[in-house]
Amino acid sequence: MAQAVASLEQQADKTALITGSEAIAVACKLADVDVITAYPIRPYDTVMQYVAKLVANGELDCEYIVAESEHSQFEIVKHASAVGARVFCGSSGVGWMYAFEALTVTPGLRIPMVAMVGNRALDDPGAFGVEHNDALAVRDLGWQLVWVDNPQEALDTALIAYRVAEDRRVFLPCAISCDGAFLTHSQALVKIPSQEKVDAFLPPYNRGDLLLHPDNPITVAPQVNEDWLMEIRRQTAAAMERAYTVIREAYAEFEQIFGRRYGNPFFEEYQTEDAEIVLVGMGTLSTPVKVAIREMRKEGKKVGFVRVRWFRPFAAEELAKTLGRFSAVGIIDRDFSLGSPYLSGVLATEVRAAMYPAAKRPPMLDFICGLGGREVTLPDVKKMSDIVYHAAEGKPQPLTQWIGLRE
Amino acid sequence: MATFVDIQPTQQLDPIKGVKKMPLEEFFTSGHRTCQGCESALVMKLMAKAAGPRTVVLGSTGCMYVANTTYYSTSWVVPWMHTQLGSSGSAAMGAASGLKALMRKGKIKDEPINVIAFCGDGGGADMGLSAISAALTHPDYNLLILMYDNESYANTDIQLSGSTPYGAHTTFSPPGKMKRIMHHRWKKNMAGMLAAGHPTCKYIATVCMSYPLQAMNSVRKALSIGGPTFIHSLDPCPKGWDYDPMQSHEMGELAVTTGVWPLYEVEEGVIRLYGKTKEIAEGRYKRFPVRDYLLRQGRFAHFTDDDIDYFQSKVDQMWDKWLVPGVIPFLKEVETDHPPK
Repeated sequence: MAQAVASLEQQADKTALITGSEAIAVACKLADVDVITAYPIRPYDTVMQYVAKLVANGELDCEYIVAESEHSQFEIVKHASAVGARVFCGSSGVGWMYAFEALTVTPGLRIPMVAMVGNRALDDPGAFGVEHNDALAVRDLGWQLVWVDNPQEALDTALIAYRVAEDRRVFLPCAISCDGAFLTHSQALVKIPSQEKVDAFLPPYNRGDLLLHPDNPITVAPQVNEDWLMEIRRQTAAAMERAYTVIREAYAEFEQIFGRRYGNPFFEEYQTEDAEIVLVGMGTLSTPVKVAIREMRKEGKKVGFVRVRWFRPFAAEELAKTLGRFSAVGIIDRDFSLGSPYLSGVLATEVRAAMYPAAKRPPMLDFICGLGGREVTLPDVKKMSDIVYHAAEGKPQPLTQWIGLRE
Repeated sequence: MATFVDIQPTQQLDPIKGVKKMPLEEFFTSGHRTCQGCESALVMKLMAKAAGPRTVVLGSTGCMYVANTTYYSTSWVVPWMHTQLGSSGSAAMGAASGLKALMRKGKIKDEPINVIAFCGDGGGADMGLSAISAALTHPDYNLLILMYDNESYANTDIQLSGSTPYGAHTTFSPPGKMKRIMHHRWKKNMAGMLAAGHPTCKYIATVCMSYPLQAMNSVRKALSIGGPTFIHSLDPCPKGWDYDPMQSHEMGELAVTTGVWPLYEVEEGVIRLYGKTKEIAEGRYKRFPVRDYLLRQGRFAHFTDDDIDYFQSKVDQMWDKWLVPGVIPFLKEVETDHPPK
């Protein structure tokens, strides 16, 4: 095995200038996906345009179905997965919400579907731009949720998502969140691995004793009522608990085979070693934040950044330990949770919950920022950092502030 | 170039020649807890019997989900999976496309496997119509969608659906002091609408389990003809229609002999009426008055003579005025419509 891996590592990757959406379409091809369903909504639908072209050119052998709604889109792949097919699907904004019933039942059925969410503001009023509320809506239901911030990470994470979701210890769906426009439509140079590497990393999907097939005549999802519902729900919860280990294993083996290192799978730390304060966020706002941090450091401000990748499962203890190192924390929410504790966003509420049992709890502020695709600018990031510094110095600050808002 | 539509072979399911030639094996057996006199349970049993063991069944939410698949006492011998209320079309497409991809790519044994998705009238004629319609436009997949129509959301306490007949008393349409008729919509013509609107669909039929042999052979034809198919079954429901459970069989016969429920199949675009319906159309059998059918059911107990006459006039119109009698409601000229006050 070690020898085989070594020889794979020497295989040159192809490099291509592609968008986040295209990177995930390439991952579908490399993962030899069997059934893919499409339905148009911006901005995720670009992935299906690339998939359609791959199918038309004979580069991807799959059943490619244009459904008549998002609900059907997710129901079709759900049943295809039940008969043993590897599937891919996706949506954005209210399209994802239209599929909500199908999204709800998928984890309980232990269907390892992989989906792409091209994060988009929820109507009304209409906006094509990014907000994270669409994907976050399923956060309690058993979906694994991961945010990526560049096309390379999108491709790699799609392969990792199949590996983790289809692991028999997990068998839960996984949604890969890609910020609308900033990632779905933005190109970067991506290393496309060889098929051999992918085959070494990603075993075939084996549904085992849960397979729906005449050779395995089982009844799936019967009526259980109060007699059994709690026990079955607990099994699904246990699968999510096991996902922590499986995710770690998958990233470790990914590094071994592909030679690309992501460090801690659950969150990325940027310039945190000597940081006094940190900002926390998800997705592509990492770009302005990192640029602003480099500029602020020239001015002597030691700001760091923690980018949360896996929101479900949420690495609470690890994150709490990390954030406890700093004198104050500012969480940037590209989402909202109206009426929530301290009127914060979803990420801040979760991070605060994660911090509660921690030995060290620095002041934590929330910033609602970049909604509807509004740009998170360098001055925005500097302003947020200044506010967090004030909190670090013991000056009381509002717990939640909207940044970049016309008032 | 590759072929654009690539249909897999189907199973060879020959017509059953008579009741005594029916297969003995059951694939829907004990363990269910449907009501006494439930015709839909009979539909499940005979549908499974007609299809045989190499079959996958997907069942959308409704009586035939809730009553048939109590955990640890499933009545299904063939593999069965629940699907969401409006998803029978999508479920069938999903299973059929998954099996097809895996077989083509050599990941599982290449063999014909029947895919059947069933839905009630609520799941089919209401919520699932869009997905069923979509499934019937995909020539690539061998699948059957069977709608068992007991004319209400019977599992949830008898609420009206788009398939509930005019005037029927349901828990969402109770007769009251001001309004005798709360439900004044005419029953959707599902089979006719789907046949007219999906010209590449090879087989659409109506059945009634009071005529089990024809219904089973309809299932067999639907499964062996290739591509997506649809069967609409009218299922008398003692609880929802309010009659003695021992009369279910007779109630189905009355629906047909009064002309309320026409039996037909549309095979590769060719319409064929069958059974008593054919005799009615050819003038060899006189339709019973709808009064004989309606007044046997408690759900029409509040009907006045005017209501019954109106119901009769609408059924007469099906036979006397429709361009394709009993099937497609296209008229040559505008007909007046005067529902009773």
